[in-house]
Formats: sequence, C-alpha cells, structure tokens
Amino acid sequence: MPIDRRILYHFDWRVFVLTALLGSIGLLAVISASYRASVHNSLHPLVVRQLVWLCAGLVLMLSAAFFDYRSLGSYAYALYCVGLLIQALVLVGGHARGGARRWLNLGFIALEPSELTKLVLIIVLAHFLREKPPTGGLKLRHLIAPTIFTLPPVFLIASEPDLGSALLLMLVFATMVFAAGINTRTLLAIILTAALAAPVAWHYLKPYQRQRIVSFLNPQSDPLGAGYHVIQSEIAVGSGGPWGKGFLKGTQGRLNFLPEQTTDFIFAVFAEEFGFAGSMSLLTIYAILISHGLWIARQARDRFGALLALGIVATIFWQVTINIGMATGILPVVGITLPLVSYGGSSLIVMMLELGLLISVNIRRFIF
Amino acid sequence: MARRRKWLDTRGVPRFELRLKALGIAMFAVLACVSARLYYLQIVSTKQLAELADRNRIRTLRVPAPRGLVFDRKHRTLVDTRPSFDAVMVPEDSTDLTATIRNLERYLGNDHFADKLAEAQDEDRPAFEPVAIKERLTWEQVVALETHQLELPGVSIQVTPRRHYVYGSLAAHVLGYVGEVSKEDLAKLPGYHVGDEIGRFGLERGLEGYLRGVSGGRQIEVDAVGRRLRVLGEVPERPGYNVTLTLDLDLQQAAEQALGNRAGALVALDPNTGEVLAMASHPTFDPNQFAAGISPAAWRALIKDPSHPLENRAIQGVYPPGSTFKLVGAIAALEEKAVTPSTTFLCPGGLWYGNREYRCWRKEGHGNVALHRAIVQSCDVYFYQVGLRLGIDRLAHWANLLGLGKPTEIQLPGEKAGLIPSSAWKRRRFGERWYPAETLSVAIGQGYVGVTALQMAQLVAQIANGGIRYRPQFVRTIEDNDGRVVKVFNPEIEARLNIDPTVLEIVRNAMADVVNGPGGTAHRAQLEHIVVCGKTGTAQVVKEAQGQRVKEEELPEKFRDHGWFVAFAPKDNPQIAIACVIEHGGHGGSSAAPVVHDVLAKFFELYPPKPQLRAAKLQKVLASERYASN
Repeated sequence: MPIDRRILYHFDWRVFVLTALLGSIGLLAVISASYRASVHNSLHPLVVRQLVWLCAGLVLMLSAAFFDYRSLGSYAYALYCVGLLIQALVLVGGHARGGARRWLNLGFIALEPSELTKLVLIIVLAHFLREKPPTGGLKLRHLIAPTIFTLPPVFLIASEPDLGSALLLMLVFATMVFAAGINTRTLLAIILTAALAAPVAWHYLKPYQRQRIVSFLNPQSDPLGAGYHVIQSEIAVGSGGPWGKGFLKGTQGRLNFLPEQTTDFIFAVFAEEFGFAGSMSLLTIYAILISHGLWIARQARDRFGALLALGIVATIFWQVTINIGMATGILPVVGITLPLVSYGGSSLIVMMLELGLLISVNIRRFIF
Repeated sequence: MARRRKWLDTRGVPRFELRLKALGIAMFAVLACVSARLYYLQIVSTKQLAELADRNRIRTLRVPAPRGLVFDRKHRTLVDTRPSFDAVMVPEDSTDLTATIRNLERYLGNDHFADKLAEAQDEDRPAFEPVAIKERLTWEQVVALETHQLELPGVSIQVTPRRHYVYGSLAAHVLGYVGEVSKEDLAKLPGYHVGDEIGRFGLERGLEGYLRGVSGGRQIEVDAVGRRLRVLGEVPERPGYNVTLTLDLDLQQAAEQALGNRAGALVALDPNTGEVLAMASHPTFDPNQFAAGISPAAWRALIKDPSHPLENRAIQGVYPPGSTFKLVGAIAALEEKAVTPSTTFLCPGGLWYGNREYRCWRKEGHGNVALHRAIVQSCDVYFYQVGLRLGIDRLAHWANLLGLGKPTEIQLPGEKAGLIPSSAWKRRRFGERWYPAETLSVAIGQGYVGVTALQMAQLVAQIANGGIRYRPQFVRTIEDNDGRVVKVFNPEIEARLNIDPTVLEIVRNAMADVVNGPGGTAHRAQLEHIVVCGKTGTAQVVKEAQGQRVKEEELPEKFRDHGWFVAFAPKDNPQIAIACVIEHGGHGGSSAAPVVHDVLAKFFELYPPKPQLRAAKLQKVLASERYASN
C-alpha cells in the first residue's frame, strides 16, 4: 500500500523525539544498573537486549503510527478475548520468577502478558465509552458493562500475583471513566465505597503485600527486611545530590544495595548518578509527553481516538507517578516499571506501540 | 465560578474538554508533588543520605599488628606469629540469617554459630563489627567457604596473626601466654579493641608494651552482601618489637628434662650479669592453647588442677629453704664476728633449749664441729648455736642484705617476696614478741622463712661473684622489625655487699667440699674437671611430732620434705649459679642435686670453661664483651 504523503506531512515528531529521548535515557540507566566494576570492558547482555527491543519497538511504533486506529474499534472484542486468553495462559503455563507467575516463555522473549492486557483494556474501554454520555453523565448502570470487561483481567493479573499492574488497570479505568463523563455524585459514591472497602481488601492481601504496605508507612520498622528496599532507594536518590555522582559512579546501584535495579528501581540508579538536575529533566520530559498526549486527546477527531489517547496518557502518568513515588518513598513498593526507561522487552515494546497509536490519533485529525 | 459549576453540574452533559483539563491539572499537581519529594531528597537532605550511602559501602577495618617475636640468647625463635584462618561474620550483611547459618553448618559442621552470634549481640557489639565464628580453619574449610561465598552472605575469612609457641610448653611460665582482651581491660586500657590479643602471663604480659605493636587501619569498599571489593585507604600497622631473651634454649630444655615429672623449679643465672639462663617450673602447660582462645572447659581444668600448672614455681613458689639457709647463717655469723672459722660447737645429735630438744638431722651427732664441717655435713646444732649467738634480727638483716624476703624485681609479673621473719615482723603480724627458740628453726631455714628458687639462685650468685647483687634479667635486647635496636638491657647492679672476701672464700670452700669433700651431702652433683660448689637443703613440710622420727618413705607424698640444692660453678671463675627445689622430693642431696648436676653438665658442654683467669679479671672481660656486642 502506498504511504499517504499526508501521513508523513502530519507525522507527530514531538512524540517521536520524546520517545527516542526517554529510550536513550533508559538505555543509559540500564547500562549503569547492570554495570559491574569487574566486567566493565564489555556491554552487559541486558544492555544489548534492551537495545534490540528499543529498535524493534521503534519499528512497531512507526507501523502503529501509520495504522489507522479507527479500525481498532471493530477488533476490540477479538483483541480483548485474545488478551484475556494469553493472560489466563500465564496462570497455567507461566514462567515463575521471584515467587510470581508473570511471564510466558516464547523462546526468544519472556512475554509479560499484563503489559499487553493494559493496551487491550484501553482499546476496549475506549470502544465502550465512545458514545457521548447521557445527560447528567454516566451513572452506575452505564458503568456495569465496562466494569465487567475490566474485572477479569484485573483478577487474572492480581492472582499472578502482580498487584501493581492490577492496580494500574483500575487506575486507568477510573481515569478513562472520569474523562468519559461519569456523574459526579456517582464518582463520590464510588470513592466513599472504596474507602470503606479498604479494610476488607486488606484481609485478602498476601502477607508480603501487607508487609510492603506496613513498611511503606514506616520503613524503619524492619530496615533489613521489607523496609530495606525503600531505605536503600531513598539513600540512592538522595545521595545523588543536585548534580549526581556521574555516569557509572553511583555506589548504591553498582554495589547491589538496590533491589530490582534494572526494572522497578531503575529511577534510583538514574537519580543517584544524575542528581536532581537529571531527575527533574526526566520528569520534565514525561510532563511534556503527558501534556502533549492530553492535547492530542482533546484535538482527536472522534471520541474513540480521544479516549484511546487519554488511556495511553493515563497509563504513562500513573506508571511514572507510582514508579518514582515508590523510589522516593512516598508510595508503597509495587512492581511498576518506569515507561521506556526500565529494562524489559514487554513493557518497552507495548509502550512504544501505544505511543505509535498516540501518533496515529494525532495524524488522523488531518486525514479523513 | 460559573465555569466550574459546569463540569460539576450533574444535570447537563459532562464536557470532555473540561474533564481533560481537570485531569491535566490533577496530573501536574501530582507530578509537582513528586518533584517536591525529589527536591527534599536530593537538595535538602542529600548530605545525610550521601553519608548513609558511604556508610553502606565503606567499612573501616582495623589491621592488627603482628606481635613481636621472641628469641633465645642464640637468636633461635621461641615464639612467633603465624597466620590463622578464621571465619568471621557480619550478621547485618546476611538477609536470611538462619539460611546462612544452615549453610555454614553444612561446610563447617555444627559449632553453635547462632549462639556465638547471639552472645556477641549481648556484648554490645558495634554494628557491622565482624563476629568470630570459627577459628583455625583447615585448608579444606577455607576452600569450602571461599567457593560457596554466595550462599554465605556476611561470612568472610579473616587471616589473623596468631601466637605460636614453637617448643610448646617449653619455658611456658617464662614466655607466658596471650588471650583476647577482656571487657574490663577494654574499659581500662586505651588503644585496645574488641578481639585484640593481650599478654596475660609471663613475658607476654611483662613486655606487652614492646611486643604489641600498633595496629593499622584499612577502608574497604563492600557490596550489598559484604564482599570486599577494593581498598580505599590504608594506614599501615607497625609490628611489635622482637625480643631477644637471655634464656638458652638448650639449657632450658636440659633443665626441664632434668626436672622430669616432679613438681619443682629450677633457676640458672649468670652470676656475672644476673642474666637468667634457664628457668623451669613443673607441672607446666601449653601456651598455644591460649592463643586460639582457650575453651572454658580447658581453662577450668587448668585452674582447678591441684598441682597448679599455671603457677611459676621459680618465682611464685615460696618454700622454706631448709639447710640452704645455713649459707646465710654462715655469712652473717662470720661478718658479725659471732663465730670465727675455728669456733667449734659440740653436736651430740640435738640441742636442748627451753623444755625441748632441737634435733640435728644426724641422730648420732657430729661431735665437735667448726664452720667448714658444719656446712659440709649440714650440722643443725652448729647453726642453732649460730642462731642463738646472732639473734633473729641480725640473721634477718643479713638475709635481707642478700636479697631474701623481697622481690628480685625480675621482668615477670606475679613474683612473690617470700618472708624473712624478724622480731619487728612478728610484732606487726601477731602482736607478740619473738621467742629465742623460734630463732633455732629460722637458723636452719625452717619456721616462718620462705624463699623462692630465684632468690636462692641470686644468693649463690652473690657468694660466687664476691657479693654483687645483679637484678635478674630475662631480656638482652629489643629490636624493631628492621633489626634496629630499640632497647638494650645492661646488667643492673642492685647492691654491692661489703662482705669480707675471706668470709665468702670460707663459704665457697665449704660449698666445694659439700659436693666434692669427704662427708659432703651432694656428691651427686660432682662434675669431672670442674669444681662445683653447692649446698643441699631439706625443708620440712610438717613439723615432726615431738620425739618421733618418721622414715621419709613412710610419709604420704604430700607430707614429704622439699629437696633443695643450690650451686655455682666453676669454683674459681663462676659462670653459672643454680637453685633447684623439688617439691616433696625428700633429701636435697638425692632429689635436687642430680637435677642440678645434669643442668651443669649441659651448661659446660655448651659453654666450656675458659682457661683459669682471676674472677675479677674475667668479670671485666665478660662485661666488656657484652657491651661490645650490644
């Protein structure tokens, strides 16, 4: 199929550049996090893999940008079924790491289906909420169907267990429902109910999940046990100071004081080496991406595109907030990656796919 | 207000743009909060957190200095320091302590690791201070720990210099032992740290300041499981000084061999310098036991042993001197002109004084005896008479002059003073006046008199060298690790006694006949070609019941007499002075004299006597040699 010249003309370079920037920062951070004093002359295999995924992600992103997002709506249910199936497959034949069954081994890649499920849910919700809300906004009865679609993946992911991703799905759901026009009273009622239900939910948490919340509230309660991660991460971030210790000069990361330093705690590695200047720059890039994404959502030619863009922006926003919030000790430790920066094929590729769709939404404003 | 109302308006259709705007504002507010947190961590509290990061990765380790070596007078190593591989653990570095301990037990066997860690915790161990969990690992254990390091976070191997006594129990009482510094010591002594070695006994304690050295320090970067990665900074340690002793290894071995399994002590001095050539005490112990940290059970066994193996009998064993004390009586009597060499007393086998008979050891008596024969045959009656003529205080005066009744101030801790009774002492001690009858027992070295073997060796050394009392010395030189001399110990004259040379000559002649003359009590100390001078002594342990003589062999061991023999040789230029006491050995001539004989024989084999020179001249030559060599 010949490429529409208008697509090139209206291509969203801003998203592209921001993505490339974040990907490069991520690559630096992964190099640093996997760096060992003893093996510094060759690149760690993790870095090579991250680079490969970054390239693959770029191709996917461009394909997604040229792809007309509008046709996604008609595939929504099919996609949803496939996504749910893969997600269910993890529980049966999943690959366990660190006590959780989160990966499907596909030979060349250990796929983390929860990443894919996030995107699928966004598409399905956008599809569902594309109709203009009725007068007075969406009431509880309008939310029954979207909720029914959201709950199965949430439960599947939560039972892996991957509390962080499950939480993320609910947050994205809430954000999209809010934007789609939920009735304000209904919203308040739901918030109230959630607050009351919290103690019940506590009861169903696994002991390690409870422990994390307790140690978040008071990290010093068990400095070498559950609170260790938070304390070490805070030390790493804080010891970076205004300008950082310099690339590959961080000690907290290099000497293994940080847990999960290539994935969940990558921000701490980055912040230790690049300081306040570096972390604020990173945060600014995310902020620009988010505001630009919100702008795309507002400019979108249809509600489906707008909600799709918003879902993607919401995913980025929540992941950034939760990840940095946990690395700096203001949020409890849950396994959420920093978009485009954390090591990990699934999260990187799916995130780039989403950004491609974001570009696609922007391009289609001009193409009818 | 109107616009805000619009999206709050639950009746109208919610406007997508307004909701997006609200979301945007909310998102930026949240990101602003995150920025504020970053500002707080990276700008406001960066200093404390950077410090914490450094504390995470930098450990300061003390590097203990190796203790100095100890050599004998011919520079043969007696004590050195060898590396001991110990397993230590920093429990803070282990995330799962029980698992680590389980793994440890797999490689080292069960050795109460958890208890040791708990014990260290109870003792206010500073955080991150390694706890010793097993000492003296075998090579296999070292390899096992090194290869399985990843399963043993927090565990590392420390090479500790450890005291090694090359000849085991040889001269154990002189060399002493080391132990880990105690909590009480730590409170008193600055510069000591938990786990340091400290000299606890013998020269190890007496020379602690020289042997110890100054420990260094090392800053080490460690990773999260405590593995050491590199050295960031270092202050080198200064090894302890090396000490050359006056002891002669061969002579010491000969002395201990000669003592054999009998409890007792032997001291051999160079009468011309006061240097200790050999000092033996039996029963003994192995100081290597202490170097690795003695187990409580082994310690209790040593402490509770009824034969007191930890006691250095040469300086801490106080015994009645028996007839060897007659040497003091003879000098005192001649110097005080209480008798002349030709004064005779009749010995009918005993002396009636007051209401009882004071017996001579020889039932049949010695007949008319003058001083020479009284010493040679050790006539008790003669010395009873001497005691009566002198009185206790003049006798005590001379005993004190000759160095008895007070410490010799040798470099060993724990030396006993012994006791020379006097009328003043008795008033002080018992509030009673002195009875002349008590002088009789003192005159033959019984009663309250108590001396150490070292004091007796010093006594004969003075008789041998013409009345010069040298301070007994163990150390010749102290050198640093590069061989630079730190301190030289020259002979120290404590006192020059103004004794008439003819008096000493009379005593020496008598002592020569004790060993060589007819009727002498110590023929078993004779040497070929060399004139040995000596005096036997047999010290009663229990007072014999009135009018009864009990055969020595019939007494239970613990009531048998102590056997003494003191000697010097050769007669004309004395090179060695010896005192030997055998606990419950019976007669000195048969128990102690053969021991001294063996040591003298060994000595002259090692140091063949020089051609005859006059004693004074020889002394000068020896002294100048010594100064030159230093």
